[in-house]
Amino acid sequence: MSSATNYNYGTAILAAFEYLLGRYPEVFVIGQGLWSPWYVGNSMTALDRKFGVERIIDTPVSEAACTGAAVGAALAGMRPIVVHPRIDFMLYAMDAVVNQAAKWSHMVGGQAHPGLTVRAIINRGGEQGAQHSQALHAWFAHVPGLRVVMPATVADARDLLIASVLSPDPVVYIDDRWLYDQTDDLPPIVELDLADVRPKVLREGDDLTLASAGHSTRIALDAAIRLAEQDVRAEVVDLRVLNPMNLDVVIESVRRTGRLLAVDGGWRTCGLAGEVIARVSEAIAPREWRAAPKRLTLPDAPAPTSRVLESIYYPGVPQAVAIACELVS
Amino acid sequence: MTASGAALGPLADPAYGHGPLSLGDTPPERLRGQLHTMLRIRMAEQHLALMRRDGLIGGPVHLGAGQEAVAVGVSQWLRGTDRVFGGHRSHSHLIALGGSLHGLFAEVLGKDTGLSRGMGGSMHLWDQPRGFYGSVPIVAGTVPLAVGAALAARMQSTGDVAVAYFGDGAVEEGVVQESLNLARMLKAPVLFVVENNLFSSHMHISLRQPSNATVRFAQAHDIRAELVDGNDVVAVQGAAERLVGHARRGEGPGFLEAVTYRWYGHVDWRDDVDVGVNRSIADLENWRARDPIGRLAAALKAAGEWSDGRHEAATMEIRGEIDQAWQQAVADPYPAPEALLDRVYAARRAARP
Repeated sequence: MSSATNYNYGTAILAAFEYLLGRYPEVFVIGQGLWSPWYVGNSMTALDRKFGVERIIDTPVSEAACTGAAVGAALAGMRPIVVHPRIDFMLYAMDAVVNQAAKWSHMVGGQAHPGLTVRAIINRGGEQGAQHSQALHAWFAHVPGLRVVMPATVADARDLLIASVLSPDPVVYIDDRWLYDQTDDLPPIVELDLADVRPKVLREGDDLTLASAGHSTRIALDAAIRLAEQDVRAEVVDLRVLNPMNLDVVIESVRRTGRLLAVDGGWRTCGLAGEVIARVSEAIAPREWRAAPKRLTLPDAPAPTSRVLESIYYPGVPQAVAIACELVS
Repeated sequence: MTASGAALGPLADPAYGHGPLSLGDTPPERLRGQLHTMLRIRMAEQHLALMRRDGLIGGPVHLGAGQEAVAVGVSQWLRGTDRVFGGHRSHSHLIALGGSLHGLFAEVLGKDTGLSRGMGGSMHLWDQPRGFYGSVPIVAGTVPLAVGAALAARMQSTGDVAVAYFGDGAVEEGVVQESLNLARMLKAPVLFVVENNLFSSHMHISLRQPSNATVRFAQAHDIRAELVDGNDVVAVQGAAERLVGHARRGEGPGFLEAVTYRWYGHVDWRDDVDVGVNRSIADLENWRARDPIGRLAAALKAAGEWSDGRHEAATMEIRGEIDQAWQQAVADPYPAPEALLDRVYAARRAARP
């Protein structure tokens, strides 16, 4: 791997921005905080200086208008990337995302497609509380017409951002600040077609399947290491793309393991973990299960600020290990 | 202009402006063309009203009869590569760009030959090859889209402009204020056109805003603005020429408030005098007398540039076009069942569970 480059998750995103802006003149970036990159960790450093403030547009406080403007620019042939440094603030932009971007192709008979990418960052913990903490990927995955991408690995942070921006469809790309310290050596960039991206087995095992996305995949991988110490071989499947959802890889895994734990950093009710369990249950006959499937999610409550409550609130490796042990016992 | 009360003055008075237009030095040939386009819009909408009343159209139609001069005056200065966005009441915006009546009718009937391939109906119209990027019924939904399409035009160095048509109700949405500010700060070449027909659905503007002049929002955002009688196609095109030129020259956005009135109720063929708040038969009759078509025709006739005979001939010609377009649209096929899933994403495969 002489051509490999070492990245962390944040610099992998930065590399994707540099690749896209350097190669595609129709790509531009719009959002708040882009000229003061502490908003987005190390993922956009100096882009404004390298590519100019005409293409890296830091804006007034206007999530709705910026996102709507990106939809309109995309319809006019550009490839905009809207950055919402916190997904919570993006709720102001829901009309542009859900009513306009997601439905445009269908409403106009497939004759026009707003190929914008909305990069939304999950930035939680540190006693920030209810409005600086949310993981709303399940909402977006519920909406037909959006592609929803949740990279868990350094490679996907780079390569799926590029695939998102090159996709002709509107994409919500959700990255997680808790992943930014991961590192990896990556080969040179190869452009992927987002429509071809499927869940990936990150670790093989035949005792149970852990299915997850984004930071929850980090939890699943760490849990699998701990489980191995107890002679439990967990297979970890990273979902990567939540909408349109294709769980063939997960289903195939559960056919072998007979056990499923869905791990998700979102809320429980109508959430991603429930959807994964439902789809796998529909595909696999009851007699093939060795245990009833389980899920590990956030409790159905807003994020607290107090550190004592916060430590209870976020599910982690110990909880995943404990549930996995219940499943195999 | 005062910050409160009836700042529009006589422009909002139903008794104002009943006489022939003042044509100034506008070329008569252009005015005859505009009269023809306004008639085409009016008669197409009257046809839709009747077909809806008679149950031949399944979905809602939001008609803009009485407001034709706004779109016709603005479109005078647009070209096919400009980027026009509308709302729920956008038949006029589409037809003023030369849109096909057959395409519109087929769309309203949900046919595969419709402008949106039968997927949109009256409220989701698309004719991008003519510059009509789209209309949707979420009030103010396309206003930021027009800002973005304008920004794209600037980045693409095309000299094109974007137009956002919206109503006096839409200015009450927060996203319009954001869009005005963003457009001004980015110097986006976009023209905001407010068709102020004094009503949002059933509610009169006096019950919704402290002033009836929406142009005050342009002033708040330091955007060049003009306020005109929206039933005077000469006044509309004069202001639109200045504002479109301003945007095309890269000098920033413009804001045109055109005061007008819709003859039909909020949706479909009824008058809505019984459900509207502050909408009376007397007002409606007065506003019908401030007819943008009748006033232009009267002025052209007085100038010897139009006649009852020419009017009758134009009407007959459009009547024939409407009948033929409607019959063809009725006979056209519906979308195939696969359209339901195949048009969700652009990719080669459909989204299937």
